[in-house]
Amino acid sequence: MEFLERFAVPHPSIAIYASMVAIGLTMIAIVAGLTYFKKWGYLWREWLTTVDHKRIGIMYLISALLMLFRGGVDAIMMRAQLSAPENTLLDAQHYNEIFTTHGVVMIIFMAMPFIFALMNFVVPLQIGARDVAFPRLNALSFWLFFMGAMLFNISFVIGGSPDAGWTSYFPLAGNEFSTSVGTNYYMLAIQISGIGSLMTGINMITTILKMRAPGMTLMKMPMFTWSSFIANVIIVFAFPVLTVALAMGTMDRLFGTQFFTMENGGMDMLWANLFWVWGHPEVYILILPAFGIYSEVISTFSRKNLYGYKSMVASMVVISLMSFLVWAHHFFTMGQGALTNSIFSITTMAIAVPTGVKIFNWLLTMWKGKIEITTPMLYSLLFIPLFTLGGVTGVMLAMSAADYQYHNTMFLVAHFHNVIIPGVVFAMLAGLTYYWPKMFGFMLNERIGKWTAWLLSIGFLLAFMPMYITGLDGQARRMYTYSEATGFGPLNMISFVGAIIMAVGFALIVYNVYYSTRYASRDIGEDPWDARTLEWATHNPVPEYNFAVVPEVRSSEALWDAKKHGHVLFKDRNYKKIHMPNNSGVPFIMSLIFFVWGFSFIFSLWIPAILATIGILVCMAHRSFEQDHGHYISVEEIEETETKMRGAK
Amino acid sequence: MKRKWMALSIIFAIATFLTGCEPLLVLDPKGPQAARQAQDIMLSIGIMSIIVLVVFAMLIFVLFKYRASKQSPDYEPPHMEGNIWVEAICVGIPVIIVAYLSFVSVQSNYIVEATPQGYEEKEPLVIYASSSNWKWHFSYPEENIETVNYLYIPTDRPLEFKLYSHGPITSFWIPQLGGQKYAMSDMITTLHLAADAPGEFMGRNANFSGKGFAENTFEVTAMSPTEFVEWVDEVQETAKPLTEEKFDELIEPGHLGRMTFTGTHLDFMPPPEGHNHGSSHADESIEDSHSEHEGDHSNH
Repeated sequence: MEFLERFAVPHPSIAIYASMVAIGLTMIAIVAGLTYFKKWGYLWREWLTTVDHKRIGIMYLISALLMLFRGGVDAIMMRAQLSAPENTLLDAQHYNEIFTTHGVVMIIFMAMPFIFALMNFVVPLQIGARDVAFPRLNALSFWLFFMGAMLFNISFVIGGSPDAGWTSYFPLAGNEFSTSVGTNYYMLAIQISGIGSLMTGINMITTILKMRAPGMTLMKMPMFTWSSFIANVIIVFAFPVLTVALAMGTMDRLFGTQFFTMENGGMDMLWANLFWVWGHPEVYILILPAFGIYSEVISTFSRKNLYGYKSMVASMVVISLMSFLVWAHHFFTMGQGALTNSIFSITTMAIAVPTGVKIFNWLLTMWKGKIEITTPMLYSLLFIPLFTLGGVTGVMLAMSAADYQYHNTMFLVAHFHNVIIPGVVFAMLAGLTYYWPKMFGFMLNERIGKWTAWLLSIGFLLAFMPMYITGLDGQARRMYTYSEATGFGPLNMISFVGAIIMAVGFALIVYNVYYSTRYASRDIGEDPWDARTLEWATHNPVPEYNFAVVPEVRSSEALWDAKKHGHVLFKDRNYKKIHMPNNSGVPFIMSLIFFVWGFSFIFSLWIPAILATIGILVCMAHRSFEQDHGHYISVEEIEETETKMRGAK
Repeated sequence: MKRKWMALSIIFAIATFLTGCEPLLVLDPKGPQAARQAQDIMLSIGIMSIIVLVVFAMLIFVLFKYRASKQSPDYEPPHMEGNIWVEAICVGIPVIIVAYLSFVSVQSNYIVEATPQGYEEKEPLVIYASSSNWKWHFSYPEENIETVNYLYIPTDRPLEFKLYSHGPITSFWIPQLGGQKYAMSDMITTLHLAADAPGEFMGRNANFSGKGFAENTFEVTAMSPTEFVEWVDEVQETAKPLTEEKFDELIEPGHLGRMTFTGTHLDFMPPPEGHNHGSSHADESIEDSHSEHEGDHSNH
């Protein structure tokens, strides 16, 4: 009996039972649908075993959008609970679980896969490569992330969700104060997907360094590739810290070690330090690729080259270095003393300088340009003022003495949403709209797209501006309720209205996909946006081999050169057979075993844990002894594809 | 000094007017530390507003002037490389602003981490504030009394809070007297505050600590030093002594109302003083005698 009790949700409610039923029905529907339409083989051959960077990118994208809605539902529930004083929609325990999963899902399982989606899809195309450096590893990265995300998401129906905040500070997250298995889910699900992220980091760095088209020197790479390169360098340096911290936390919870406990020499502050040594660089891992997207979009729709290319690159390098020197600003109030706080206060404010350079460079890119406001450009134009607001409140928070008043309040919550939503989310939506034709061969509807952008911006302002005020009025974050006497009621109600408007905006994205799939023209040519960079020099959607002939480039705007200055991208018009990697089911199977492995650890089921560990080792051994030389796409096949693609125009 | 206060109160009045109704707690300081922090906040809001205005103005300008619809169809935007002088300005001006704010920030750090300015001459009142799930315990070692969930403090006297926790990390925060600081189980942190005038203030734990976190608040009453002494005398006469069994009962998870005791729990459950690497059972006994000795000393 005791054994089974661990699997029960500790705080069940009608909502949870309803979602159990919903999850069950959805899974039955998916299985039944696949069987009825005989799509199992298609799914296995084309998606589950694929090593194609474009398909992996699309799978990242679908997962990110799913998780966006999962985290969004959490957000709506939180705002609904806080919309009125003494509200009883959620109790404390539910609220705690919801804000914890909201944070984890949005950062680890929404924002990260969203940037990986765009990196995977765009970077090889931008540098004229046929795939990433390690296609099989890329598939493994995706499936590890996916299984981590799924493992995390089953927590709220099996055993209970983590409830110690997305920062999971010890000793609150330790066994003494978090008795359910929730925090085990946190430790292991993030660990599994984190291993995937680390592999992506290595993969992307290698791809960008080794697989660029002839003529593309480092300083001739498109800006999104540059930003991805730097973000991946940060990943490789930051994620091992998370890996270690999570391993220590797991051991504290499962094996009785005392790293972060209150007794026997444990240090709770150590967790906070390790977490933020990863956590702060993490926000730059998210924001730099976002900056890369904005650079591409703003330059394209200003019909002008990016202003200050060199200073853009330099500022990203500086940001990446500084990102490792500011972590203590997340806990100025821990009592390190005036000297330590002063150092971290200065380094934090210093980051505003390279970020400011980027904002001014974008403005100067538009200066004397010919600005066309398409949906991706609209996101970018809304990003500049909204992100500036978030940036300057960041400088305010960096003033450590004043931070004693902002810390742990809604002011802080307003700030980081103010940089993440206009900064990262808008960039991802701009990138999604901009690269949609590249991925699927048709454009998303511009009218619906612009409505979405405006609704998200207005909803954003309504939802988060009031938080700056309630924060300064003493509303701490993570409170599940407040009394009427505090006077927080009306402003929180405005926040709730804003959250609803944002939800409508996000729903419109889904509608747009549906509408455009049905009605949009498929006849869009290779270059529907009149773009400047290399990825637009091949067909839409992109054939398996990306470029029939390897392009040669001479600047960061290869396609623009070809269009305006008569540069010849494809010198050798004779097709040659193309070497491509083989599909493999092993990454999927190995990640599935990882899922079992994580689940077994979460519930301390040692025999399955040992079996799963052996299974993982067997998969790795299989890869080591496997003979796989890939395959060739013949000249005839290339000719056929190229004729078909050109014919579609 | 006086002019500074004048200017400050004008700024606060404007801020109050802008936000519509009652002053926001953080911008309505009742003590020197909170005043310094509010001053920093208003200063940074001022400077940051200028930056925001500049960026907004530039954006609106380029959007009006360089829209495709406002230009002839055959206009070709020029190719522009970065200009060293333009870039120097884009770096230089932010550097100057950041340097100035850093200067203020460092200065403020040393101010809020020391005895409040203007109070240096006076002897500080030491109060041990410790949190348990989900309560605050205030021990006055000098007065030899202890309260739960409410705090009486004298005005015109520096307050030295010694913070620690019997459980998860919490954060001790009285917005109108000054910013917060963490209370942790394995070390003591010190927060310097002072109250300028009598009044009632909201105090709370600001750091998430589990189920009862939202209600983890306490009431602060600042009173004149004579009233404070009267209150202490009254407690000495009327309150019951705090026993070890009673205290064990108090730190059980849950919520409690206001409570008052004579004696403090510091005697039988010493705070994690003098070491910051957690307490092992081996050195607890040494710690015991040490703090007893200290306790004696402070009673003299």
